[in-house]
Amino acid sequence: MSPLGAMERAAPLLEIDHVGFRADGRTILDGVDLTIGEREIVALVGANGTGKTTLARIVMGCSGYAPSSGSVRLRGQDLASLAIHERARLGITMAWQEPARIEGLRVHDYLSLGRAAFERVIPLAEALQRVGLAPDAYLDRMLDKTLSSGERKRIELASILAMRPALAILDDPAAGIDLASVEEIAQVIRDLREAGGSVLVITHVDAIAQIADRAAYLCGGRLVCTGDVREVVARYRARRCVVCDGEACR
Amino acid sequence: MSVSSKRFLQVISSFVPDAATLADPTTPHLLLDGHEVLSVQGIPGVEVRADKDGEIAVAEIVVAPGAIVVPTIHTCIGFLQAREIQRLRIRVRIGEGASARLLAHCLFPNAEQAEHTMDAVVEVGANATLRYSEGHFHGPIGGIVVSPTLDVRVAEGAHYVSDFSLLQGGVGRLRIAQRIEVGANGVAEVTARVSARGHDDVRIEDELVLSGRASRGLVKTRVALADDARAAVIGITRGCAEGARGHMDCMELVRDRAVARAEPIVEVSHPLAKVTHEAAVGTVDQAQLETLLAHGLTPDEAIDLIVTGILR
Repeated sequence: MSPLGAMERAAPLLEIDHVGFRADGRTILDGVDLTIGEREIVALVGANGTGKTTLARIVMGCSGYAPSSGSVRLRGQDLASLAIHERARLGITMAWQEPARIEGLRVHDYLSLGRAAFERVIPLAEALQRVGLAPDAYLDRMLDKTLSSGERKRIELASILAMRPALAILDDPAAGIDLASVEEIAQVIRDLREAGGSVLVITHVDAIAQIADRAAYLCGGRLVCTGDVREVVARYRARRCVVCDGEACR
Repeated sequence: MSVSSKRFLQVISSFVPDAATLADPTTPHLLLDGHEVLSVQGIPGVEVRADKDGEIAVAEIVVAPGAIVVPTIHTCIGFLQAREIQRLRIRVRIGEGASARLLAHCLFPNAEQAEHTMDAVVEVGANATLRYSEGHFHGPIGGIVVSPTLDVRVAEGAHYVSDFSLLQGGVGRLRIAQRIEVGANGVAEVTARVSARGHDDVRIEDELVLSGRASRGLVKTRVALADDARAAVIGITRGCAEGARGHMDCMELVRDRAVARAEPIVEVSHPLAKVTHEAAVGTVDQAQLETLLAHGLTPDEAIDLIVTGILR
């Protein structure tokens, strides 16, 4: 295991270079360094409120999430000046922890969105099947509040799968998913890699973290360590944190 | 028939997608240009009558008890003049156990200083069903005051579904006032969808009275506002009987300098009745927007999709 993200095994697709973020006078992220290689799955673990989603939003370029310091690069290109949709067109996309429901939009139309911006798309019905949803039952459904939280999460994953982005950021993809289906979610993440993409997955579910090539442990806004998934997760579980000695993530 | 009315008939075909069906003798219809009755047609089980009473057009559509009306009943109402006043009094009666679908096309493509007033009484008999859609097509100026007032009575076991839409052209000044009373085991589902811009001014007042045992009602309003448009949606739902269930769902989307107001009022006068409401007034939801942007849509494309979605 390498402290502070020294070990990288693949050519970098994404480089997060000393990124800091402050909001309301508080430091949310402090000098985070992390790289993600081509066709690599990186699991980001840590307690609630340690900055994982903030880091994801910074990479995606969400409004109000410009880093206070540092930079984010995709294949060497600095993303600072690019809005979300411009980053999406470079191949980055994100599945939010609680995906938005959009009234009046059919699942079929949602899955079709923006596919032109991405390469290597797959049939929509196949994308739904891969997340355990029957196409006949869901393609004509509305993407509104009639969907359960779990159904909506699966559709979000299907939309990511349908796009096959260069980098998928998945914020807690197994939250709200029944235990018996976690393996389906894990397989979707593997499928994204097999299709040539990389994945940054924020997770609290061991079975999801274990499919990653590497894990990174964030605590108190600082990256504690990156490296072998089992070792990083074990360290997180033991709360042996070099930043806060377990206090911040308890 | 006046020259104007001949032109009105021609205009109908450009606004009404299935206008050709109006010439079909099996399609019941009512065509009204200003106060001039252009055409009425009934079919077995459906009576359509219309006449002029002074400066008011008076119409009646009656569906016989037990009649299951397969063809949609069409009404085309409006005028082509820039300055015109149209007053309409209409009564719709759906007999006990009958079923019908009524599609109203309201066309005011050239209105600049105009007025359209409609007083409607709708009676849906016991165990009958009426599906009523009213679509408005206004010109770009929106120089019109539109004031539909509806008194709807849904009898025991009856089902009433209505959908008002004003999505094309300038709204002008819209004043909808409707009262819907639902009897025992009856159901009313009422939707209004309006897209307003410029200096459009919208006021929608719905009163849903769930007076019968186990009656149910849903009032849904969707308004999208841009520029300097204004809207007020006042919804009152009264739960007055055992097992009555009502819900109001109002969403107003505001952009630019537009102003929206929602006033949901709930009144329950029986301990076993329940009425709920939700109202959301605000700009485009950031989470929805970012979700679409992350799919590669531009901000304009994403906002259009969200606005179109809530009005669909």
